[in-house]
Amino acid sequence: MRKSLNFRDFDWLLLIVAGAIAVAGIVEIYSTTAHTALAHQYKRQVYWVALGLIVALIVSQIDYHVVVEQTPWLYVLSVLVLTGLLVAGRSIGGTRRWLHLAGGMSFQVSEFAKLVIILLVAAHFAERKAERVAWRDLVKLGILVGLPTVLVALEPDLGTALTFIPIVAAGLFLGGIRARQLAVIGLLGILALPVAWHFLRPYQRERLRAFSHPSQDTQGSRYQVTQTKIAIGSGGFWGKGIGNGTQNRLGFIPVSYADSIFAAFAEEQGFVGTLIVLLLYLVLLLRLLDGAQMAGDRAGTFLLVGFASALFFQIAINTGMLIGFLPITGIPLPLMSQGGSSVLLTFVGLGMAVSVRIRRFVN
Amino acid sequence: MSVQFPEDERFPTWKIAFLQFSVALTVFLILAGYWRLQIGHHRQLLDLAERNRVRNLPVIAPRGRILDREGRVLADSFPAFSVLLIREGTEPLAPPGIVGIAHGLREDPSDLRNLIHRVGKLPRFQPVVLKQSATLEDIAFLESHRVEYPALDLMQVQQRLYPKNEIAAAALGYVGEVSEETIAKPDSGYRPGDVVGKSGIERTYNSILEGRDGTRRVVVDSRGREVGSLTTINALPGNDLRLTLDLDLQMAAEAALGDRTGAVVALDPRSGEVLAMVSHPSFEPNDFARRIDRDQWNKLTSDPLKPLMNKAIQAHLAPGSVFKIITGTAALETGTIKPDFTISCPGAVTIYGHTYHDWRKGHGTVNFHRAIVVSCDVYFYTLGKLLGIDKIAYFAKAFGLGERTGIDLPGEDPGLIPSPEWVEKTFHRKWYAGETISVATGQGAVAVTPIQLAYVLGGIASGGEFHRPHLAFRNQLLAVGYDPPEDTGEHFPISEPTLDAILKGMWGVVNEGGGTGAGARCPGVDIAGKTGTAQIVSADLEKSAHQPDYKNTAWFVGFSPSTHPEIVVTVLVIRGEHSTVATPIAREIIKAYWDKKLAHKATLQPVQHEGRLLSRIEVAQPPTAGEAPGRRHPGESRNR
Repeated sequence: MRKSLNFRDFDWLLLIVAGAIAVAGIVEIYSTTAHTALAHQYKRQVYWVALGLIVALIVSQIDYHVVVEQTPWLYVLSVLVLTGLLVAGRSIGGTRRWLHLAGGMSFQVSEFAKLVIILLVAAHFAERKAERVAWRDLVKLGILVGLPTVLVALEPDLGTALTFIPIVAAGLFLGGIRARQLAVIGLLGILALPVAWHFLRPYQRERLRAFSHPSQDTQGSRYQVTQTKIAIGSGGFWGKGIGNGTQNRLGFIPVSYADSIFAAFAEEQGFVGTLIVLLLYLVLLLRLLDGAQMAGDRAGTFLLVGFASALFFQIAINTGMLIGFLPITGIPLPLMSQGGSSVLLTFVGLGMAVSVRIRRFVN
Repeated sequence: MSVQFPEDERFPTWKIAFLQFSVALTVFLILAGYWRLQIGHHRQLLDLAERNRVRNLPVIAPRGRILDREGRVLADSFPAFSVLLIREGTEPLAPPGIVGIAHGLREDPSDLRNLIHRVGKLPRFQPVVLKQSATLEDIAFLESHRVEYPALDLMQVQQRLYPKNEIAAAALGYVGEVSEETIAKPDSGYRPGDVVGKSGIERTYNSILEGRDGTRRVVVDSRGREVGSLTTINALPGNDLRLTLDLDLQMAAEAALGDRTGAVVALDPRSGEVLAMVSHPSFEPNDFARRIDRDQWNKLTSDPLKPLMNKAIQAHLAPGSVFKIITGTAALETGTIKPDFTISCPGAVTIYGHTYHDWRKGHGTVNFHRAIVVSCDVYFYTLGKLLGIDKIAYFAKAFGLGERTGIDLPGEDPGLIPSPEWVEKTFHRKWYAGETISVATGQGAVAVTPIQLAYVLGGIASGGEFHRPHLAFRNQLLAVGYDPPEDTGEHFPISEPTLDAILKGMWGVVNEGGGTGAGARCPGVDIAGKTGTAQIVSADLEKSAHQPDYKNTAWFVGFSPSTHPEIVVTVLVIRGEHSTVATPIAREIIKAYWDKKLAHKATLQPVQHEGRLLSRIEVAQPPTAGEAPGRRHPGESRNR
């Protein structure tokens, strides 16, 4: 399968845009954690981003077909580890999200599972020549994706579990889903809602209630949104400057270095910063989808669309919840939020995207 | 297992384009959302952010101390903590939060809920005091629940402390939280939880004592912890206030009255300075310095003995025979009788067809002097008939009865001197001639307060010089910019012969055989006075007049020396039954006064010096019974 490569086609733009966003994230992590116990966090983020860029370059050199071929055992591995976490994982803050490796390192398995889901969808549709999605496809994907989704949701990490859905949805859309199938899925979804509600943790229900009935908020979820809105709005056009965000520095923004980093960023960099970063994200996403359009085969297209939809979903949910458009969900902002697993695996995805782009003409 | 990669399988291009369009649209929608907040609502949200981080915390000014005339502390302040609820830039407390806080502070949740509800209409920038005098446990609760209740904060305050507890409580009064009506007044400047004087001296001179609170603008984090300070306006401490009270004399008076219900007033008739003021039963003013609980308050207010009433200025009672001094002075000054006017007292007299009984079964032949000494009712019934109500009322009012003395305490009762006009206005009936006979002996509708009797008898004994009773020194008040009324009171000169007869009579009350005030006799101390036993009680104070346990009101007004007195003491014992219970009390107080003066050969007199109060030692002349100038001391004085 290996074909000769043309390095002029290497997608420098994609990596430069991603690197720029990551730098904005590092600066904001520095600003928000300086003078706190987490003051060294930004350095770790620098290492992760640097490592991510190197990994992306390496991955880009690997033919994505080879990666897609590894899907079956990667899938089995991720399901086993996720199950193992639930059974024997150490609980941190009431959740079992982390696989603890030797040397004090820890790894968020759900981020890895997300990549596996992207590969899974790509692998599934790569083989199918039909213009339409068959019922068989729905059942197979439903079971294969449903299992890790439930496992991740039980950790509980509902936010990451939710990001699996747009990957499949985009795959089905590309694969040619029929209206009837859509209706059946929708119906099943509605029927599953009460069951899902039953499985939600109290704090998760609270967030949903606070979003749908702001006046009945009792646990402070609305307070959280109010405070992030104050932070964002008080930044104004030019922002308060690095380290000058009072909402940020005085702790009015919860987890301002992780899930809420964009609120802290908006406070300090103003609308100018918001505009630049959101446009960078837009360029990134459009570039990924552009790559999907140009991909040499279905596998490449599905890989890129799946990755782009996961990123898009995370970006939209994260930035949208901070301004009250959506309920609060624990979803990190890709490339900006502090967190090694998320950064590293996002760069792995970008590496694969480059790999697809490089190999677009070789088929 | 292997994956196949079929080639030349293309999608319709519109699908990817559709995805790209959707992504772009969403990103622009989100950008619009950020635009709305960062540009549209920027000012408003920036303002909220500022208020989030800046808290205006009051710096409570320490309340000035209250001192006795020698500088001994009667009311002090000590640092304590109050639990504050910050309502600006914080989430309103939800019901479970209120319960949690109430539990943590060991307060009643419904009380707390009511409080928070009541302050709801006040501006949000005003923090609310949830609990005063926070204990160590309360502070620990607050510090450990910063995350749950970021709206709670601690504030250092100055809590009132009365080191002598119940001593002079009626005069000093107490402090408490400012009422909502007061806060609501325009420009009141008070915040909920502010402490103000509620009664007594604390209330009268609240503006002198309270000082002015400062403000600290501090930066706080989301847990309400201070992380920096912006500006501080320092608190201006309140002024100390030195009272005319003498703690030694006050203690002697408290002890002398003991657990009887009643009042004692001791004042210096030369200046009007109140030396001691007692009202029993007393109350514990320190209970009010914390937020007093409802049970305690109900207990105090429903007590039939009315501990919160300052009986020295508020007991509205018939003076009984003490009033004979006014009737007698009127009779002599109007020339109605001469001091040698003599009657024979058979124990009763019939006037206007009604028989009036004497308190004893006949005093035999009595002249003016003897009538005062033995307190002969028949003699004064006769004087009443001779004088008529108008003259009696004229003199009583001229001396200051029937109106407030103007003492610097809130809630003084004016007493009552009945007159035909008053009866007509109040009861729409004519004056019964017989009422005059009752009034002449201090019965009927006549009502006085202990402070009035001290003021009036002290003034008469001083030859008609009346000085407004007061507890704060005028010079001191002027020095702190307060404008007190003049101390120099009324001047109503009494002629020499009248004064002579009256003073001799009162000397005899204490020092002559058969004198009703013999209980006040004290070897080596020159005491004069007049007893009173009143049968009629004002319905206002004592509704139990018709009850089986009803007992007469006992009065004694004594002064010393018997001419140009330095101290006049009124003793009131409610349900004392007979004035003999009151006389020894006055004796103890007057004796304590002289004991102290003789022991120290000096008395501390406050003087104004460079705006500060210092003390000057004034050498005193000890008076002795019978040593006074002979003009005022006839031969009887040695014939006890």
